[in-house]
Amino acid sequence: MSTETVPVPAAPTKRVAEPEILTGSGAILRSLENLGVTDVFGLPGGAIMPFYDELMSSEGIRHILVRHEQGAGHAAEGYASSSGRLGVAIATSGPGATNLVTAIADAHMDSVPLLAITGQVFSTSMGTDAFQEVDIVGITMPITKHSFLVTKPEDIPATIAAAVLIATTGRPGPVLVDVTKDCQQASAPFIWPPKIDLPGYRPVTKAHGKQIQAAAKLFVEAKRPVLYVGGGVIRANASEELLALAETTGAPVVTTLMARGAFPDSHDQHLGMPGMHGTVSAVLSLQESDLLIVLGARFDDRVTGKASEFAPNAKVVHVDIDPAEISKIRVADVPIVGDAKDVIADLTVAYREAARLQDPDIAQWWERLTELRELYPLGYDEPDDGLLSPQYVIERIGAITGPEGVYASGVGQHQMWAAQFIKYERPNAWLNSGGAGTMGYGVPAAMGAKVAQPDRIVWAIDGDGCFQMTNQELATCTINQIPIKVAIINNSSLGMVRQWQTLFYDGRHSFTDLNTGHDTAMIPDFVKLAEAYGALGIRVTKKEDVDAAIRLANETNDRPVVIDFIVSRDAMVWPMVPQGVGNSSVQYAREHAPEWEEE
Amino acid sequence: MTHVLSLLVEDKPGLLTRVAGLFARRGFNIESLAVGKSEIPGLSRITVVVDVEDLPLEQVTKQLNKLINVLKIVELDPSQTVEREHMLIKVRVDNSTRSQILEAATLFRARIVDVATDALVIEVTGDTPKVQALLRVLEPYGIKEIAQSGLLAIGRGPKSITERIYKT
Repeated sequence: MSTETVPVPAAPTKRVAEPEILTGSGAILRSLENLGVTDVFGLPGGAIMPFYDELMSSEGIRHILVRHEQGAGHAAEGYASSSGRLGVAIATSGPGATNLVTAIADAHMDSVPLLAITGQVFSTSMGTDAFQEVDIVGITMPITKHSFLVTKPEDIPATIAAAVLIATTGRPGPVLVDVTKDCQQASAPFIWPPKIDLPGYRPVTKAHGKQIQAAAKLFVEAKRPVLYVGGGVIRANASEELLALAETTGAPVVTTLMARGAFPDSHDQHLGMPGMHGTVSAVLSLQESDLLIVLGARFDDRVTGKASEFAPNAKVVHVDIDPAEISKIRVADVPIVGDAKDVIADLTVAYREAARLQDPDIAQWWERLTELRELYPLGYDEPDDGLLSPQYVIERIGAITGPEGVYASGVGQHQMWAAQFIKYERPNAWLNSGGAGTMGYGVPAAMGAKVAQPDRIVWAIDGDGCFQMTNQELATCTINQIPIKVAIINNSSLGMVRQWQTLFYDGRHSFTDLNTGHDTAMIPDFVKLAEAYGALGIRVTKKEDVDAAIRLANETNDRPVVIDFIVSRDAMVWPMVPQGVGNSSVQYAREHAPEWEEE
Repeated sequence: MTHVLSLLVEDKPGLLTRVAGLFARRGFNIESLAVGKSEIPGLSRITVVVDVEDLPLEQVTKQLNKLINVLKIVELDPSQTVEREHMLIKVRVDNSTRSQILEAATLFRARIVDVATDALVIEVTGDTPKVQALLRVLEPYGIKEIAQSGLLAIGRGPKSITERIYKT
């Protein structure tokens, strides 16, 4: 190239539109709009005020002002989990950001696509213990899929686009973008679409054909196969493909807590939920299986019990989009890394091919499973204290509302009963905090779900303990016309802990009394609390009033509804595999172990 | 068992914390760490030495691979790897020991980089056994201070870990 400069007449300037100059805040907003975000949950504060100033004039984005940032985080999770879309939560620096931490950790455990945007103090003040400064990028490193700190406005479009890409592709998860206040205030040309440079991010989606063939071969040879379905099938939107695989193979299906609804509960091949509080047939099907086809599940300890005793005679085909899940807990005989939607479809085709050469025979297996299912159906006893049965209440909510409803729960006994006694027929109908076990998830998650799915009836099945952790979001619901229904399964205690105390701590109920229920001071009065928040409050103490209250709630759409169901505190979640033992020790009811086949 | 991992990473703030965090989370101690630029602009190379069992290491490696800023991880096989440590040793001397120490340094092909009346600073480069051997020889004279780099390691032969990094 010549270094000589030859004077030339200026070329006629083409009318190329100059990129618009936007502030960093304006760039965040425009990026979100361009990425199709329509709803965000958040609460402003000093370090995020420039962005909020822009947000106020947005026509494309609805901002819902929460009462606590944790509520914004769980609402964004509920929004994402009920719709399959990205959830967005916004908070200011310092305590605003740390209040998001629980929800971010929750989203990390349950693979929820969540974008958290936080304000940060001026870049010149970072590291000086400035007012409301915390190192939120550092704090959230172990609980995010990735996190970014942005200090220059020109970096905003590419960062937001990269964050959304990371949150929503591969194994979904939370991504945090921390933006300094000076970055929000400064200006730069807004260039869209931005160039996303992520050389280290290449999620695998299409699996190796050879592995699929190997899996199909094992599948047709198996005498006792089980499809062990996890939440990955829901995140991959692979329910249709799963139904085809199940019906092609005739194999039994179990759906984990995170996968309830991935396969219809009404389907004859469905054995229900496995794990600590799973059905006896689901638990023992895994235990007695000779081949586990594991689809988007991760051998959580609440599913496997003592891992070394889990499914001792089973070979394992493990399908997951995250290579780090394969052989983490249980070594896979056939590891398949890929998107469940593609892999399940490919596996169905491969199975059909393989079945031509070998006739699969699982008739005997089904005899055994049918026997187990008939001997040990899910059920419950009426409490002998004359109070409401919590299982009955939850069962009725599911039966009256139906499979098109959305059900978000808190964590504990009511969560397990809601997983057991509501019949799920479609994915994304069941929202809960499975991995993290976050009490307080229910109300804000239901709120988020109702925003994402305004035409569906959305229930929060909550406990009296959980409800008291996040019920401030009822104000958000009332003010923003988000008419969720809340069922407080009020047993006046931290029920699951109480159950463990009853069973494993000689009945010493250490600090699990909440005094919200029957025969107590009833602090707080949940009906008055509901009314104070502008919601319809109903108290139900008798079985004959249950249905009418649920129907009234379902018909009330001008405000949220809170039903305080005063239930027996002695009801327990059964079946149960005690912690630390193998799943063969499943107890159908207290001191009642089913017979299992001796090997 | 000791393993040497070589990581090719994007040169981004916080990257080291992310990498170290995955070891710390499991209570694994990092024995040695060396970080520097690679031959590709914007990419750094990290050499980590850890003492863990094979199975948990495989799990940590997979999780390291999930980090957005990590491009590649290779476990280096000692028999196919050149390994070097770099150490500065401040050793006590007097008139009676100076010549013995100088002789020892020469035997180890170490260099004297600072001289005082009652101390020397010796610079030594080599694999871990060599460096440890020199330390043992110097110990009786009185080691006042040492500063050492993390282990550096590179595979033998023509292949490089940065090959095909932007082609795949």
